[in-house]
Amino acid sequence: MNEVCFKNLTKDQCYSLKTYEASGGYSVWRKILKGQLTPEHIIDELKVSGLRGRGGAGFPTGLKWSFMPRHSDGQKYVVCNSDEGEPGTCKDRDILRFNPHAVIEGMAIGGFVMNASVGYNYIRGEFMAPFYRFEDALKEAYEAGLLGQNINNSSVNFDLYTHLGAGAYICGEETALLESIEGKKGQPRFKPPFPANVGLFGKSTTINNTESFASVPEIINRGGQWFADVGVENSGGCKLFSVSGHVKNPANFEVPMGTPFKDLLKMAGGMRDGAQLKAVIPGGSSTPVLTAEVAMSMTMDYDGIEKAGSMLGAGSVIIMDESTCMVAVLTRLAHFYYDESCGQCTPCREGTGWLYRVLKRIIDGNGKQGDIDLLLGVQDKIMGNTICALGDAAAMPVESFLRNFRKEFEYYIKHGKSMVKG
Amino acid sequence: MISTGAKKQIDAWIAKYPKDRQSSAVMQALKIVQAENGNRLNADTIQAVADYLNMPGIAAQEVATFYENYNHKKVGKYVIRFCHNISCMLNGADDLIAHLENKLGVKTDEVTSDGLISVKKVECLGACVGAPMFQINDDYFENLTIDKIDKIVDNLK
Ligand SMILES: Cc1cc2nc3c(=O)[nH]c(=O)nc-3n(C[C@H](O)[C@H](O)[C@H](O)COP(=O)(O)O)c2cc1C
Ligand code: SF4
Ligand code: FES
Repeated sequence: MNEVCFKNLTKDQCYSLKTYEASGGYSVWRKILKGQLTPEHIIDELKVSGLRGRGGAGFPTGLKWSFMPRHSDGQKYVVCNSDEGEPGTCKDRDILRFNPHAVIEGMAIGGFVMNASVGYNYIRGEFMAPFYRFEDALKEAYEAGLLGQNINNSSVNFDLYTHLGAGAYICGEETALLESIEGKKGQPRFKPPFPANVGLFGKSTTINNTESFASVPEIINRGGQWFADVGVENSGGCKLFSVSGHVKNPANFEVPMGTPFKDLLKMAGGMRDGAQLKAVIPGGSSTPVLTAEVAMSMTMDYDGIEKAGSMLGAGSVIIMDESTCMVAVLTRLAHFYYDESCGQCTPCREGTGWLYRVLKRIIDGNGKQGDIDLLLGVQDKIMGNTICALGDAAAMPVESFLRNFRKEFEYYIKHGKSMVKG
Repeated sequence: MISTGAKKQIDAWIAKYPKDRQSSAVMQALKIVQAENGNRLNADTIQAVADYLNMPGIAAQEVATFYENYNHKKVGKYVIRFCHNISCMLNGADDLIAHLENKLGVKTDEVTSDGLISVKKVECLGACVGAPMFQINDDYFENLTIDKIDKIVDNLK
């Protein structure tokens, strides 16, 4: 446990340059500056490692980096996505607070590999303490001569800046994030063109999640095969899981991919007050909910969670006990997506409004016969019909809540009150 | 309208972006100007930011209304932003919000009569393992209980 991003977690001043370097930090970057590592080697190691994007989509990082036209002319950018806003997710905040130098080194390595001499770390506007922590780390790195122009006479250039958000979940979507850095509303762009070709300020850009970048130095240090072996097939390495909800000791745990869910639950102290597990959302609010029975036999890796009927997402495990009213939870989530839709596509803008209003009338005791079918119909019209994945993210919980806990919704509509809370 | 100190801060942000891309600094510029104008924005301050960054007023206006962190109505000196999303809800946020509203004698989005505090319900603040939680101005407060809330709020002056 805690071998990569959380490696120094329990050390004194775990966030300092001193602590980071004492545990092998910046040794990959120093090798690069001495001309001892090639971009091809790094991409190969990343491919072997099986590292997949930790922001939610799980795209292989090595492959993504190989798509950048590194030999083309013109400025290129690497961008770190620290916008962390998916309900249930709170791991990047801890990486920024407790291991900021791993993010800096990971981004610098990415800059070298993709021939991008400038990087931006987009930090959500509310993360002020993590922002200051990251800025302090940047200052340390510059003062130690690890960043800048012609670093250590290596002819390698890498400048890194922060950009602060201002409160919009949609800016976590990578193209909305680029719009936001350009000083605009965070509305996702049509793809193609992909950011690797037309990204930030119209230039080739690669965007990765904070945890993805922070994992890179250790992977290159210890070798891609080492990382792959920590995990399981199709899910290399370890991953941070944010375990929240009705557990005794909610926390972030960095554990090997493939860890049984029931072990993770145990690490979090088990259920609070001896209550029974009822439901689990395994990857953040956008991923389908699972019943206790299914969850208890699932393993925490991409394939394991998919087999159970959901998705690993950002690794945000939300635990619900028997006292939970699923109608109330879904209504809250529906409100979230309705609130956060950027309004660009009709199915998402109108659909999220419909979902919320119908659920709201059920919760207010005014549900109508046929509301369940109405909800299913609306979510079906959103799925796959929008510019960005927020539409699907709003639709998927609805389908899974209704499928797994349909009785509770029927009861609420019929009796005007919760089957669980009375 | 924009003080010299604020201009200096904005200039530091402008320096992070390529030449002629100073409008990238608009999000921070609006925050900086908001902070020194009673914690809210209006048409004049937004236009002043636009002028300073050499961008159309409407573009700055769009940003100011799209993002949640900008205030267009009166807020308190301290804004308590209470997370009511899933992990916090499962941990009793709704009851705690009701307690806070009672204690202060305001509903969400209202300001106490002395202008000191306003309460806002917000979506996930990315601190779910510390649920229930809220943010007051720049600071996070986690694992809240009624006692803890009372202590924190009583200390706001
Ligand atoms: C609505 C929405 C919100 C997202 N929020 C985040 C986020 O907060 N952080 C993040 O890293 N990725 C987020 N993503 C995924 C990004 O678009 C992108 O896939 C990711 O940053 C790529 O990095 P990775 O390959 O390292 O995961 C979001 C996607 C969508 C559709
Ligand atoms: S799916 Fe929703 S959030 Fe995404 S671009 Fe369309 S309207 Fe905006
Ligand atoms: S749900 Fe409240 S901080 Fe995430």
